[in-house]
Amino acid sequence: MTHFGNYEDRVKNFSWAISEEELGYKPGQVINIGWYCSDRICQMGKADRVALIWEGFTGERKVFTYNDIRLYSNGFARFLTDLGIKAEERVCLFMDRLPELYIGFLGVLKTGAIVQPLFSAFGEESLFVRLENAGTSAIITQRKHVSKVRKIREKLPHLRHIIIVDYDGKSPLQEREVAFSMENNPVDHYDIYPTQAESPSVLHYTSGTTGMPKGVKHVHYSLISQYITAKWVLDLHDDDIYWCTADPGWVTGTSYGIIGPFSLGVTQCVLDSGFSAEAWYRFIEKNRVTVWYTAPTAIRSLMKAGDEIIKKYDLSSLRHLASVGEPLNPEAVNWSVRVFGKPFHDTYWQTETGCIVITNFPGMPVKPGSMGRPFPGITAVILDPNKHEPYPEPGRIGLIGLKPGWPSMMRTYWNNEEAYKNKFRNGWYLTGDRARMDKDGYFWFVGRDDDVINTGGHLVSPFEVESALLEHPAVAESAVVSKPDPINMEVVKAYVTLKPGFTPSKDLELDIMNFIRKKLSPLAMPQEIEFIDALPKTRSGKIMRRILHAREWGEEIGDTSTLENE
Amino acid sequence: MDELKEIIKNYVINEYLEPDSDPIDYDTPLISGGIVDSFSMVSLKRFLENKYNIQIPDDQATPEAFDSVNKIAELVRKFVKV
Repeated sequence: MTHFGNYEDRVKNFSWAISEEELGYKPGQVINIGWYCSDRICQMGKADRVALIWEGFTGERKVFTYNDIRLYSNGFARFLTDLGIKAEERVCLFMDRLPELYIGFLGVLKTGAIVQPLFSAFGEESLFVRLENAGTSAIITQRKHVSKVRKIREKLPHLRHIIIVDYDGKSPLQEREVAFSMENNPVDHYDIYPTQAESPSVLHYTSGTTGMPKGVKHVHYSLISQYITAKWVLDLHDDDIYWCTADPGWVTGTSYGIIGPFSLGVTQCVLDSGFSAEAWYRFIEKNRVTVWYTAPTAIRSLMKAGDEIIKKYDLSSLRHLASVGEPLNPEAVNWSVRVFGKPFHDTYWQTETGCIVITNFPGMPVKPGSMGRPFPGITAVILDPNKHEPYPEPGRIGLIGLKPGWPSMMRTYWNNEEAYKNKFRNGWYLTGDRARMDKDGYFWFVGRDDDVINTGGHLVSPFEVESALLEHPAVAESAVVSKPDPINMEVVKAYVTLKPGFTPSKDLELDIMNFIRKKLSPLAMPQEIEFIDALPKTRSGKIMRRILHAREWGEEIGDTSTLENE
Repeated sequence: MDELKEIIKNYVINEYLEPDSDPIDYDTPLISGGIVDSFSMVSLKRFLENKYNIQIPDDQATPEAFDSVNKIAELVRKFVKV
């Protein structure tokens, strides 16, 4: 029996107050996600329940109960408070998927500070622009990544503390650095900061077509959406063993890798390891995972590894499968039915929405390739891209628009109110995605409405990559577009013109690739660089990226009347 | 000393490891150990192809085949005599 039940009944009777009541929250009261995800579960009599099963790539295994989570998050909070961190200051988490990442997240929230998770594979430039934009006061990291922080700290005067969670004493701590061992610092009592519904909680950075990354500001009231969607869409029950494969450097890893499951008091597993099909299947078998939330890129990689390998493992514990990050192709859904006996359920949402907004629901027929239907309480429409008014009839392709007002909707972009306002037209939030709706109310993804590249479920800004490319000594100009990829859906491709004195070569291509990888991130690294004599430009000198995009995707080039050299 | 393995190991150290990282050997897990991710693997593959003038087919460039210096060397030897 699913939590969700009948779609029409849920929509008809829905109110966010259902979630508030289940959480015991009344409007106007204190609401702190850190407390709801640890102390409250303990007060419900589940202190000894396993909250987190963690496994490292070497096979090292750690198990934390909800009481452990409570004590250690208190320890983080006490340590930060003693350092002088105040409410609403930004504290960055910059770590691999260590237990300290999950528990530290709750600890930061308990202090009233804003937690800023960043993907640990980010290079120094990506890290710098995000820390500078947020005016971050402290960063919690590990030895493996501290050298990246050291390279940029002189340019970050507001960064007062660099906290290292696995300091081993082998080399001396440097300026502003301090060691903290979570497991040596449990704290039984901490006065949790009395955050209110609109108090800021999480700051996730996301990429757009133009400009630098934007900090999406969420508030503690987002819990109301994240709790009920985790329960109804991921169908998390009390006895489930849940595995969310997303990294908490991205929003899935926090909304559904920390807040959703912990606020429900379920047991979740984390595998801190690079991808390998064998390792993933072994992990599911070993931990008897029942609910699995992963990404199309991972599913396609598992498909590539073949069906034979699956027969080596007992995966019968799996009960519900869901996917997020990019459109889930019908082949992947049909494959999962064949090999696991159940379909992956696509879920659609964004960093800005904070929670799942359109999905294939458990217990309802999955239309393979479809995004599903709107979550109750979410009004989703297809907008005419010119008038920004909903199409009255199904079948038309347009922009996905959402009526603002659900609890986990972003409250603004950090220090960028203008960009935030630009996301709305005629009272609709513009997702930037194009889709159509069929006669049954199911949404079908068509593509992005801008040049942002979705690679492996992560958004990459062409502007950011082009800006970084210009810093390479050989690059004169560049244009960055997506190109199709069978595993990652899209990957980054760069068209480059060279400065005088440089000639195209395979070694130069590799040098530029590595330059971007280290400066920005592996995700942003062009997987292919094409050297050309001149970029297509308008007569006013603007690079016509769409011509190169069309070339990569085999599409019609369209109107070229403004092309400079036409 | 195996020259091929040394070249691969040194490239990994220079390109993918941060200065204070733990040392690696020929068996250190590179992909599953989080030293080289699946996106970065493309640049490592490209290095090997450029260096040894070979083409490694995509279906053989798997995370498992790139998971250690020893495994990478084994893969490269299938395509070139070193």
